[in-house]
Amino acid sequence: MPTALPRRVAIVGANRIPFARSNTAYAQLSNKTMLTDTLRGLVEKHHLQGELLGEVVGGAVMKHSRDWNMVRECVLSSGLNANTPAFDVQQACGTGLEAAILVANKIALGQIEAGIACGVDTTSDAPVAVNRGLQRALMDLNAAKTTSAKLKHLMRAINPKHLVPELPANAEPRTGKSMGQHAEITAKRYGITREAQDALALASHQKLARAYDEGFFDDLVMPYHGLKRDNNLRPDSSLEKLAKLAPAFDRNGGTITAANASPLTDGASAVLLASEEWAQKKGLPILAYLVTGEVAAVDFIDEREGLLMAPAYAIPRMLARLGLTLQDFDFYEIHEAFAAVVLCTLAAWESDEFCRTKLGLPGALGSIDRSRLNVKGSSIAAGHPFAATGGRVVATLAKLLAEKGAGRGLISICAAGGQGVTAILER
Amino acid sequence: MADLLLRLASDRRTAGLIRRLGLPTPVRLARVAGGYDAAPLAGRLVVYGAAPGGFAEAALRQAAEGAGAHCVTGLSEGQAADTLLFDATGCRTSGDLAALHGFFAPKLRRLARNGRVLVVSRDPVTLDDPVAAAVARGIEGFVRALGKEIGRRGATANLARLVPAAESQLAGLVRFCGGPRCTYVSGQVFRLAPATAPQPGASQLAGKIAVVTGAARGIGAATAQRLAEEGARVVCVDVAAARDALYETALRVGGLPLVLDIAAPDAPSALAAFLRDKTGGVDVVVHNAGITRDKTLANMKPELWDAVMAVNFAAIAAIDAALLAGKVLHDGGRIVCLSSVSGVAGNFGQTNYATSKAALIGYVAAQAPLLAPRGITINAVAPGFIETPMTARIPLMTREAGRRLNALSQGGLPRDVAELITFLALPSSAGLSGNTVRVCGLALIGA
Repeated sequence: MPTALPRRVAIVGANRIPFARSNTAYAQLSNKTMLTDTLRGLVEKHHLQGELLGEVVGGAVMKHSRDWNMVRECVLSSGLNANTPAFDVQQACGTGLEAAILVANKIALGQIEAGIACGVDTTSDAPVAVNRGLQRALMDLNAAKTTSAKLKHLMRAINPKHLVPELPANAEPRTGKSMGQHAEITAKRYGITREAQDALALASHQKLARAYDEGFFDDLVMPYHGLKRDNNLRPDSSLEKLAKLAPAFDRNGGTITAANASPLTDGASAVLLASEEWAQKKGLPILAYLVTGEVAAVDFIDEREGLLMAPAYAIPRMLARLGLTLQDFDFYEIHEAFAAVVLCTLAAWESDEFCRTKLGLPGALGSIDRSRLNVKGSSIAAGHPFAATGGRVVATLAKLLAEKGAGRGLISICAAGGQGVTAILER
Repeated sequence: MADLLLRLASDRRTAGLIRRLGLPTPVRLARVAGGYDAAPLAGRLVVYGAAPGGFAEAALRQAAEGAGAHCVTGLSEGQAADTLLFDATGCRTSGDLAALHGFFAPKLRRLARNGRVLVVSRDPVTLDDPVAAAVARGIEGFVRALGKEIGRRGATANLARLVPAAESQLAGLVRFCGGPRCTYVSGQVFRLAPATAPQPGASQLAGKIAVVTGAARGIGAATAQRLAEEGARVVCVDVAAARDALYETALRVGGLPLVLDIAAPDAPSALAAFLRDKTGGVDVVVHNAGITRDKTLANMKPELWDAVMAVNFAAIAAIDAALLAGKVLHDGGRIVCLSSVSGVAGNFGQTNYATSKAALIGYVAAQAPLLAPRGITINAVAPGFIETPMTARIPLMTREAGRRLNALSQGGLPRDVAELITFLALPSSAGLSGNTVRVCGLALIGA
């Protein structure tokens, strides 16, 4: 098999805090606090105190303007060598996985020996900005040179309507539609039923609960602010309970509910990547290798393609590049933004028409063995703190491969703006 | 931590009023930022002298001049002395002691604010003649009383007790006791034994590894910083509850944070493994972590007794055993234990605390000869009233009393304790082991 990267990149450690539903356990915590504590947990677990890493890469989707250099600030408080560089990235829900790909690429090229990919998000501490009119007036006031000009802009700034703050919106700027509304349209297009979505959601909870019970997450998740498990987890849910919920985005015949979608969530995650030599030198076990990544975007304006369907394009390209088939994997981690997204993506790959017309392939990629899909649960059960999801998925899959001993896993994460970030891990 | 009285007494506009009210008038104490430089006594006028028949005068003068001081045997008109050094090793009879009066009495009025006094005597236990031994012991009383007299001006007085052939060890002690860093240490005895010690100088801890427990705040944080200023890489240890402050300290001093409850059963082995793997061992160990669980003995639950004993004493012995067993603590290493004036004098409501802190005094005395073959020294420092977050929680009137009942009429700062700890941790302090040194501003309580 052609290797995708010039040098193997090992996943050698990971840490995350339990994910918490918005405005619950972490309601009073900031992104910076959660990410700092998560990095400290990683540092303490793997004795990285004082280590000079090549780079720490991460981000948050919902970020205050004061956190413009967030990851570097967190690194300074992390116990790592203070000379460790860092930078912020933002690619919506793909942020965490994109960060891992960026770190992996630098390691593969020999530019760095080890680095951390991380992500954090909170919807309990969202960046509420001042009114756009007030912001303009303040900027003009700041730029004004004469007293009279200053006075003029000051008077302009004082206006009752400026008291209305600018709130971050959960909507696509290009379409005005929420992500759920988009997903609803795509689900209809592929004929995804409410029952199928509810079944997938229930399975997510059951698998995540079992994983916790088995201790699978013992060395991946650290206790934090009273939580030991993701507090969105509902192990005792049932299809009957799920069936009772009203559609969340389309009252007339909609199929997406609060229960078969991922909730607004607070949390943070971090993954330690390194060259094989570095891992050996530090005595850290290699869980798995990050083989490659692939990113795609689709034109979702007027729903010419589903907003969250980009991974369906990225993955076939990645498979072609490596000479693999969709069936060559032991594990599939398809991020459950909505149960419908997972099912639409699988349906697209099973569709001759989609694969021929949209992907230019001779025929359908085919089905996957569903028993290999999200085997330790996914975002519907765990929750989805946007930028932290990538780290959660990479860590989970790496440990699955480490436990299996050998194998290959596929990661698919859909993101706002019609984007999709995907990657392959193997061991 | 603000000392209002100190502020009012140091302000020219209010100082007179404070004096007329009969309140103590503490002076602003001299302190030094940063680490030792090559000539820490530069710019100081040192007056030295000796009782006839002594053997340490030359070493005293050499030590002071080597540290950059200007040394004279007498003051000319209008001069003020920054440091007075006196060799009393010649005192063998009660009559000889008059030399102390002869040297100091005329000079005390001309001792500068924040002046320093260091007297050198023989070690009574090494003297066969009971009278000579008594005379040597008597000098300790003189130094303590002198310290109480000059404390009003922020000055401190200390005693070096020499085992024969230990004069060469005075080089480091003169830099500490004869200079500004001896801010809150007064009336103390430093027993110097012969040793192979490097010449004191700047950055003596460069390339060395230090570990400080309880490093998140207060004395521990100040010690971590002070050791780092001498060039050490400091492993800063504290419990999980202090994690934020611990990481801030580690960042500030360029050290490594290590979250560890030293009283946990596996803590000694965990610490030893961390130091072996991460830093290749350790050179300086500062046992600073300690807790108080105050109750009068009749009301004290066994848990309170056990908790204090576990953290303040048992953990220290267990950690030392682990670090010594695997030679994780390098030869030539330094151990400093934080005792307390409570351990020296006892304190109401602190039977548990005083027991644990007094035990450390016995511990360093007993360990010192055992560690000597490896060139490791072990000493204890016993802080008095230090302005820390812990003492800030003491009720106002008790706090005021604690603060004023010493020769300097004020509390010490964590930095002052850190200065003493750092001095004991220097390679040039090889001649000091088994000592317990108070850093209490010469507290009025205590032996």
